[in-house]
Amino acid sequence: MCTVCGCEAINVDFDAHAHHHAEERLITIERDILSKNNAYADANRRRLRRAGVFALNLLSSPGSGKTSLLVRTITALKARWPIVVIEGDQQTSNDAERIRQTGVSAIQINTGKGCHLDAHMVGHAMESLPLERGGLLFIENVGNLVCPAAFDLGEACKIVVLSVTEGEDKPLKYPDMFAAADLMLLNKSDLLPHLDFDIDACFAAALRVNPALQILTVSARSGDGLAAFYAWIAERVALGPA
Amino acid sequence: MHEVSLIESLIALVEQERDKQLFARVTTIRLKVGALGPAEPEALSFCFDAVAAGTIAEGSRLEIEIIPGEGWCADCCTSVPLSERFGACPICAGGRVRMTGGDVLRLADLEVE
Repeated sequence: MCTVCGCEAINVDFDAHAHHHAEERLITIERDILSKNNAYADANRRRLRRAGVFALNLLSSPGSGKTSLLVRTITALKARWPIVVIEGDQQTSNDAERIRQTGVSAIQINTGKGCHLDAHMVGHAMESLPLERGGLLFIENVGNLVCPAAFDLGEACKIVVLSVTEGEDKPLKYPDMFAAADLMLLNKSDLLPHLDFDIDACFAAALRVNPALQILTVSARSGDGLAAFYAWIAERVALGPA
Repeated sequence: MHEVSLIESLIALVEQERDKQLFARVTTIRLKVGALGPAEPEALSFCFDAVAAGTIAEGSRLEIEIIPGEGWCADCCTSVPLSERFGACPICAGGRVRMTGGDVLRLADLEVE
């Protein structure tokens, strides 16, 4: 074996070895691996800005009540803003069907084996949606508290939904998602009387990973707290995309 | 497992470089992966061969340099090593530590022929 580089060449004299390696070279790159996704996300963001559409990316673990929350929110807000929805799930178009029953346009993205939406998928989905000036685009990400945090989609803000049937230490166990979010909605508050969920410990955990996080307690079922959520959306829309 | 799509993004970067720099084969791909970043080094290595098959990266060696976590403690006014992204300060045990390093996920360089 060659003692210079460990290659498998045998019986090479020095000149031959130098020749053998003449075409090897080192290329310095230093590029972020997510740069491709980020480039698509920037393109989405520019397109949304040109169209005058405000995009919100909803993230949570499966079963937190994202779709129910969205259905109720759309029903309440569709007279005020034109609304379109992108739904992400590994399989089925059940969620997009539920959203369409509210009367707004929804596109389902099935990620197959994929565990998150990426900016490229969202860019293509946007092509099939009527983007009206002054409207809202809700993107319901794949139910997963891990991967979607790393993938910018071009949205104006990220909303993480946590439900009181999950542990209050979720923000500490899955910090990236809570660190990336602008708003946390603590959902299913109607169940609180039946649970030992420590709401103060939950808020403390969330604020520890993200001191700037805003938090609202809501119930998609009873509607409690949703007025504050709608007010938050109105405030953010008025500020415009970041 | 999002490491698969991260490796796909990595290979897309390598292909972009091939189009710019004209090489036939990649022998080594070196990554810098932060200990506090979004990817697990073992999971990246685990799926690399399968994702690289049939691409410019097939047969190349993946080398991963782990970049240790680092933070700035606002109470000690100093840089401290950080083993968890939102961990306490190892000196004063306080919680006012802001991560300053160790969340990279970067293609550092390539050895090509």
